Amino acid sequence: MTSFWSLWIIVLTTITIVGLTWILFGNRKKEQRKTERTTGHVADGIEEYDNPLPAWWFYMFVLTIVWGIGYLIIYPGMGNYPGLIGWTQLGQYDKEVAAAETKYRAMRDRYLALPIEEIASDPSVRKMGMRMFSNNCAQCHGGDARGSYGFPNLADDDWLYGGNPADIKASITAGRQSAMPAWGSVIGEQGVADVTAYILSINGRDTAAERVNAGQQVFQTYCVACHGADAGGNPALGAPNLKNGIWLYGGSAEQISHSIRAGRNGVMPAHADSLSEDKIHILAAYVYGLSQ
Amino acid sequence: MSELNTALEHPTYNYKVVRQFAVMTVVWGIVGMLVGVLIAAQLAWPALNFDLPWLHFGRLRPLHTNAVIFAFGGSALFATSYYIVQRTCQTRLLWDKLAAFTFWGWQLVIVSAAVTLPLGITTSKEYAELEWPIDILITVVWVAYAVVFFGTIMKRKTTHIYVANWFLGAYIIAVAVLHIINSMEIPVALTKSYSVYAGTVDAMVQWWYGHNAVGFFLTAGFLGMMYYFVPKQAERPVYSYRLSIVHFWALVAVYIWAGPHHLHYTALPNWAQSLGMVMSIILLAPSWGGMINGMMTLSGAWDKLRSDPILRFLVVSLSFYGMSTFEGPMMSIRTVNALSHYTDWTIGHVHSGALGWVAMISIGAIYHLIPILFAKPRMYSVGLINVHFWMATIGTVLYIVSMWVNGILQGLMWRAYNQDGTLTYSFVESVAASYPGYVVRFLGGAIFFSGMLVMAYNVYMTSRRDVESQAVPATAGAV
Repeated sequence: MTSFWSLWIIVLTTITIVGLTWILFGNRKKEQRKTERTTGHVADGIEEYDNPLPAWWFYMFVLTIVWGIGYLIIYPGMGNYPGLIGWTQLGQYDKEVAAAETKYRAMRDRYLALPIEEIASDPSVRKMGMRMFSNNCAQCHGGDARGSYGFPNLADDDWLYGGNPADIKASITAGRQSAMPAWGSVIGEQGVADVTAYILSINGRDTAAERVNAGQQVFQTYCVACHGADAGGNPALGAPNLKNGIWLYGGSAEQISHSIRAGRNGVMPAHADSLSEDKIHILAAYVYGLSQ
Repeated sequence: MSELNTALEHPTYNYKVVRQFAVMTVVWGIVGMLVGVLIAAQLAWPALNFDLPWLHFGRLRPLHTNAVIFAFGGSALFATSYYIVQRTCQTRLLWDKLAAFTFWGWQLVIVSAAVTLPLGITTSKEYAELEWPIDILITVVWVAYAVVFFGTIMKRKTTHIYVANWFLGAYIIAVAVLHIINSMEIPVALTKSYSVYAGTVDAMVQWWYGHNAVGFFLTAGFLGMMYYFVPKQAERPVYSYRLSIVHFWALVAVYIWAGPHHLHYTALPNWAQSLGMVMSIILLAPSWGGMINGMMTLSGAWDKLRSDPILRFLVVSLSFYGMSTFEGPMMSIRTVNALSHYTDWTIGHVHSGALGWVAMISIGAIYHLIPILFAKPRMYSVGLINVHFWMATIGTVLYIVSMWVNGILQGLMWRAYNQDGTLTYSFVESVAASYPGYVVRFLGGAIFFSGMLVMAYNVYMTSRRDVESQAVPATAGAV
């Protein structure tokens, strides 16, 4: 803030506080007794007594003004003046975070030094991991980690980006960006219907052989690159396995067709900026433990 | 209706516009509180959103706040300010046609709000959600209101301007300034605009507006109401003229600073947060000045509380006013705010002001006014006023207490840590724990709302029936 605006704030604040004090003392009455004398004004039959300001109220007012001045000397408030103790909300935050770090960091660092497979069954790690999961992950993946439409189930054996400890940790740390392109305009509505039939057939859900064959043709041309020749998926790309009956965006014929026609986009946010590595390590151990 | 109006026409004063606003106060009170009860029920039982966008909590909540603040509270303020300014200046309103315009204009604003908000048309600024064409209408109506009010003061037959009019004048001027500055926006379509402010500045302007909507609309305006109806109903002189001078000037000077306490621990600079907090603490005494002056006015007339439920409404409203204006400064303290902010405590605080203070004093004032405006000796049933009084009091207490419990519960759950440094609770656990409080709040609100139905019946019967004359102080001194 420029010194002009700083001065502006200081002057306005001072005028207000001085003005309050002036009007308070200016209307004080020497005589403190209650009176039956009125001011002489009559408004629609209403009169007004000329009673003094109640003493306790007067002193309460003075006290809050004195306290206010004191606060503005000790804390920031008067423009750029930082206050005697140099308090800032960021300073307070840093202090509290530092205090928590000294208290808990060593304990978490001990776990960080150990491999995830080893700590995944440790009861205290599981407990910590569960609390962290409830506050950081449950919003999308659910309190029981079983996911919901568009958010993968983390408690089963099916993994989009791999389910070993390193993969899980990488997913939490850097996040994931999934993109299934929209194929509607490339393969046409007939193509969409055929591929849907093929996908249903490899999941043991019968459809007309003619369509399945046509669908397989299209699949081998456009879909294999990501989902693989056997439709088993590819964890390196996050391309899901299409023949295990597990569906992120629903498994009805209509939903599958929609995924093919219009594509899908999934985002797992990166947590490297909001959670330190030791916390991510514990969280990864918890998630890994869910499917073990 | 025109025949009725002719029969009820007062030789000196314009009672027609007062009567119109007084009746609409009851109507909008019922509508606004019904929406409030519905959204309270939605928080306890989310299925009541019915999966319909127009009935969704997110759209109905602003409808509730706009309806109770601007439709119910606004109509009460229009009615009482037009009445008070005429009676205390001993002159008719400046211009009957313009006063009529403010009535129909204000009703149009309310109806527009009731249509646009459920349709999802909103600026998304709290308590200022209405889009730019309605903002312009509000401005026009408000300027007309100011012309009528101050014009009437200018042609007063008395030398002195009564204290109620200072507060009403301050409320009219400040609300105009607040509304115009906060609603500066660039229209991009008939139903869409963007605020000219961005980021932290937008937040600061918004809460400068938001808190002073409380300060000038819901406090100064209703203090004006208090300064007329309490001495009138108690038939006692105002306790201290000096106190009214000091607390009036202190209130209007300090309230305008208090907005930043809504933005503690945010991107708002530290200095602004501190000033908002300091001024909020200093605001305690000026706020209490009004309560003391009202309460002390009753000294010597306490026995009237036994027989006069209207006076009970006024006294209890002052008690809730005193309580919420103590609670407010306390909640503005950084460390207290760190616990209370974003919790139901805030909702409880608002409603101890809104139900306990604003609604109760308005209800008391309207009960005082209705017989006068319909040329009846008293209300149809004093017993029903008493029933309403107890429903309103019990409803308010249930509401406030349940929100205190919920607020402190949420605040403590959000900051609870385990031995290992992790948070003890997830957010959704605090939501689940709030369920009993939501049910009690719903009950409290429903009781308060039902009281308004009792009032509507009483008002209707008063307007229709020949009410027998009886020695009841309800209309004393108002001829």
